[in-house]
Amino acid sequence: MGQRPDMLSYLVNRLLLTIPTLLGVAVLIFFMLRVVPGDIVEVKLRGDGGNPTQEMVEAERKRLGLDRPMHRQFADWMIGLATFDLGKSMWTEQPATEEIALRLELSLQVALMATVIAILLSIPLGTLSALLQGTWIDYAIRIFTIAGLAMPSFWLGMLTIVSLLYFFNWLPPLTYVPIYQDPWTNMAQLFWPALAVGYRYSAVVARMMRSSIIEVLNEDYIRTARAKGVYERLVVMRHAMRNAMLPVITVIGLEFAFLIGGLVVTEQVFNLNGIGRLFVQAVSRSDFTLIQALVMLSALVFILSNLVVDMLYAVFDPRIRYR
Amino acid sequence: MTAVAAPPLAKTAAPKRRHPILAFCISQPLGAAGAVSILVMAIAAVFAEYVAPYDPVAIDFGAMLAPPTLEHWFGTDAFGRDILTRVIYGARTALAIGFLSSLLGCTVGAILGVASAYFGGRIDMAIQRLVDILLSFPIIVLALVVVAMLGRNMLLGIDFNLILAIAVPTMPRVARVVRSAALSIRELPYIDAARVQGFSHARIIFRHMVPNVAAPYLIMFTAAIAQAILLEASLSFLGLGVTEPTPAWGLMLSGNASDFYREAPWMILFPGLAISVAVFAFNLFGDSLRDWLDPKFKT
Repeated sequence: MGQRPDMLSYLVNRLLLTIPTLLGVAVLIFFMLRVVPGDIVEVKLRGDGGNPTQEMVEAERKRLGLDRPMHRQFADWMIGLATFDLGKSMWTEQPATEEIALRLELSLQVALMATVIAILLSIPLGTLSALLQGTWIDYAIRIFTIAGLAMPSFWLGMLTIVSLLYFFNWLPPLTYVPIYQDPWTNMAQLFWPALAVGYRYSAVVARMMRSSIIEVLNEDYIRTARAKGVYERLVVMRHAMRNAMLPVITVIGLEFAFLIGGLVVTEQVFNLNGIGRLFVQAVSRSDFTLIQALVMLSALVFILSNLVVDMLYAVFDPRIRYR
Repeated sequence: MTAVAAPPLAKTAAPKRRHPILAFCISQPLGAAGAVSILVMAIAAVFAEYVAPYDPVAIDFGAMLAPPTLEHWFGTDAFGRDILTRVIYGARTALAIGFLSSLLGCTVGAILGVASAYFGGRIDMAIQRLVDILLSFPIIVLALVVVAMLGRNMLLGIDFNLILAIAVPTMPRVARVVRSAALSIRELPYIDAARVQGFSHARIIFRHMVPNVAAPYLIMFTAAIAQAILLEASLSFLGLGVTEPTPAWGLMLSGNASDFYREAPWMILFPGLAISVAVFAFNLFGDSLRDWLDPKFKT
């Protein structure tokens, strides 16, 4: 009964603690991008082999506000951040929040599907591998996971496309159907990119699951449970797996936060217009505002998934209480 | 005269010492396999001119998109360039960039980690906050930010800024691991002894602490090369890493390779296989090295 206010104040505390981190990220990214001379104006005006005059460059720089002193630019950006205004893309001149909002749904859906695939694959595989340690099944699963760490996800994506093309004459669609229009087609379209991203993810989690289960199986309470005559299935499911989940949840959370890394390349392969692709475009165009906005988003995702992981700890381990 | 007494002594002597390389191969066969693959790749990369059957940039319109045959083992690409040749030369690019960027990233990271542990207090706080921030980014996002920051900077045919972009994300990871290793060393008596003797901070760090974190450094270094090869391939694939006509595995998969999914799947198969095998070999070797050097050490 008394737990709820504790939990709430813990949450508020944690959220307040994220502010200095986000601030640090903001300062770092802002100045990193501006330490070295060169900006979007040159990319923009020289892009098509144009040879702009000095006046044109100056005028464009002035229009984008790049001519102002750095501390003024920084102050403006900070004030914007405090009011959730991430500025305008220097390339399309649309608000960065809009550019992101347009693509977030797609990337988020792929990320969630990849997470589901990863969990469904890794938990049983990791457990099986641990229980059958040293058998050929264990070796097969371990080879499967090590391969997952070595294969670049974009190559896996390309191989998927080649095989789908060969067997089913299927090519990634040029446009994608939103889930609320036609959920079935949507899922079918996004399953393969989610699998390409999810394979590596599941490999990381399965390795953690395996070592975690092996460690837990050596604990006294497992021996006690077995000595009591508890069914082996119950020993594994209720005693071992539940306790082995804590480090696994950490890895799932961390890898989820880092999924944008996999999306950056996979979206390119599958022709998906998502966050990852937006990021690559922003980088190749030196679109500072958009890069900053996306980096802040990535930091926020990292912080929030860490928070969710900490919350989940309490679910799996009743000894953990938040104050 | 003592020669007569020697044989019986030899029987009771300690088991004969194996050469460390041989001992490693016996206790870590998988790691040895990884090491051999790395060696083969390195030799092929260094002597690419003699090993590769063709010129990596020679365009042959008579042999465009040729499937794998005895003439072209791995087939040819859309310009008729031999893929096996480009995979071999690509090893040169991958290993050079992977090695240099890991060396840079791990060394800077290790110095930061040792300094953080040695000085403690505010310096430790400052370095660790920076490390925390850098660790909150996915590796490729951080690398892309550095690419956006620096642009290109070709030096002796190598894009030095690309090496920097790959080195930056490894830095905080190494700094964290090395710091924890160095923290336990700091408490050992010989560091106190060095301090009492009035040695400078630099001397204590470089002569007394750095050599003692060599094991975690080496382990992180091999793992970092695997990561760097993967990262270089991803950046090149995105068109933000190595540029044409330099042969690079990631680059071979980008651009028009995807236009020929149907006509020339070998264009996709072999470069990707090369990336996977290279990363796999370094991971295998790194894991075994870890078990061999320090069974307690976990990343």
